Amino acid sequence: MATSITTARNAEALRRDERRERLLLFGLSLPALVMVLLVILVPVGWLFWLSLFNDEGVLSTYNYSRMLESKSYVRIFKTTFKVSFLTTLICVLIGYPLAYFLSQLSKRWVTIGLIAVLLPFWTSLLVRTYAWLVVLQRKGLVNEWGMEFGWWETPLRLVHNLNGTLIGMVHIMLPFLVLPLYGSMRSIDVDYLKAAANLGATPTKSFWFVFFPLSLPGLFAGITVVFVLCLGFFVTPAVLGGGKVIMVSMKIETLIDLFFNFGTASALGVVLLVLTLAVLFIAHKLLSLDRVLGSGGGA
Amino acid sequence: MNWLQRPASDTQITHGRRLWLYIIGVLILAFLIIPTLIVIPMSFSQSQYLEFPPRVWGVRWYENYFNSIEWMTATWVSIKAAFWTVLVTTPIATMAAYGLYVSNIRAARFIFVLLITPMMVPVVLIAIGVFFAYTRLSLNNTMVGLVLAHSVLALPMALIVISAGLRSYDMNQERVARSLGASRLKAFLVVTLPQIRFSVVTGALLAFIVSFDEVIVALFISGGDMSTITRSMFLALRDQIDPTIASISTVMILITTVVFLLAQVLGKSKNRES
Repeated sequence: MATSITTARNAEALRRDERRERLLLFGLSLPALVMVLLVILVPVGWLFWLSLFNDEGVLSTYNYSRMLESKSYVRIFKTTFKVSFLTTLICVLIGYPLAYFLSQLSKRWVTIGLIAVLLPFWTSLLVRTYAWLVVLQRKGLVNEWGMEFGWWETPLRLVHNLNGTLIGMVHIMLPFLVLPLYGSMRSIDVDYLKAAANLGATPTKSFWFVFFPLSLPGLFAGITVVFVLCLGFFVTPAVLGGGKVIMVSMKIETLIDLFFNFGTASALGVVLLVLTLAVLFIAHKLLSLDRVLGSGGGA
Repeated sequence: MNWLQRPASDTQITHGRRLWLYIIGVLILAFLIIPTLIVIPMSFSQSQYLEFPPRVWGVRWYENYFNSIEWMTATWVSIKAAFWTVLVTTPIATMAAYGLYVSNIRAARFIFVLLITPMMVPVVLIAIGVFFAYTRLSLNNTMVGLVLAHSVLALPMALIVISAGLRSYDMNQERVARSLGASRLKAFLVVTLPQIRFSVVTGALLAFIVSFDEVIVALFISGGDMSTITRSMFLALRDQIDPTIASISTVMILITTVVFLLAQVLGKSKNRES
């Protein structure tokens, strides 16, 4: 009798002890939490608050209704979606073959291939954008060589417009699509393909009916990351677009830099954030969030 | 051309029938790396314009870079900020990753998502938010402000990498150490940390790169003597194509390649171990 009471008491104490330790361990994440709170959540919340006031400081939805009424704002959102959609589409069209190519290589070659994908990933975004500016400009390498070989007569307009923006953005986004896709292709069990071949499927058939469906989770994860990063992109369109491609983030910068208009800029930012979170939420519903978040980085 | 007839995979398709795939793959890889690398030879041109290949080789643009006080100041600001970001982010990310992993409470999942929000919120929104807050705190154009902002931006990457390292580590080893009388802190420092050190170092290197590359937040909150190199480059690029930037780019490629190779070498040693 006496022993069971002490056991119960001990168990109680142990449980309390464990709970305290858990809280203590949980406390280890506090510095990170405080930092994110101070630098991201509070300021962004503050901006949201600011966006609810019009120029006279009166509470109103003016900043938001203006977005729907003003043609220039509608156009900026259209451009943002168009650029993001096209970039994602081109990334899929050239990223899928690349990931498939990498997934079929032997170990030795794939190391080299992956380094070629990862190296630009680590190289400064600005340096890569500058490189494209140099290569694509009127007297740049591509135009010079193209005319020397007689492929075209007059210099092509490759930069300071939509073309340049798309080329630069695809170059920067491609690794974000290829890496998760490659990972998902590598995890496909070869036995399925052998079974398909054994049952008489041609290589083309076994690719489309077995391999391709199994690679879709990685493809969707890549598409999500690329699309979300494109929506908020700033540097590449600002440099390679030459003022002709105006995305939401660039408009926000101009509003602050030139007009110091926090209300309108914040409203645009909030809409951009909501769109981003909506895309992430839909992706989360369709596939596991871990895969999406574990594969990408910041822009 | 015997190689072309040999099977390329377990499904017996030959290399010859795969040739188109190899050609496309190599072309796309070339698209990924060549444009960036071509800046390196171009930066060694003696003429006024960027050419490939340069007609006269020389280090004129490097002299321009190294003799310019503004460019040098900006370079040092960037390097200092990146180092401080590493020093701030790595311990904080390691603590958070460990705490969330072992505490195993239900809120841990939610906190983790909260800590990686800097990766999901559009950077330009973070930038104007930080700018707005810093104006009140007079942290604009200060190293402290820059490092704080960069550390938060670098946190998600470091946290994800270190958490992944912890997940592939057998926590029983730490339990053994503790049952033999080591305190939790000692067990972590002596047993766990040495075994997850590769992911910690990778996280630290990523933090360096995030800070070193960052343009948008720096565009708002740093200026004058505190302008980072990427900020100065961005502002210069919007106006004209200055060949000095080719030499700066080459130096930056050099720095990031060294960091990248470090990460690769350290990642390799991890694979060999397991």
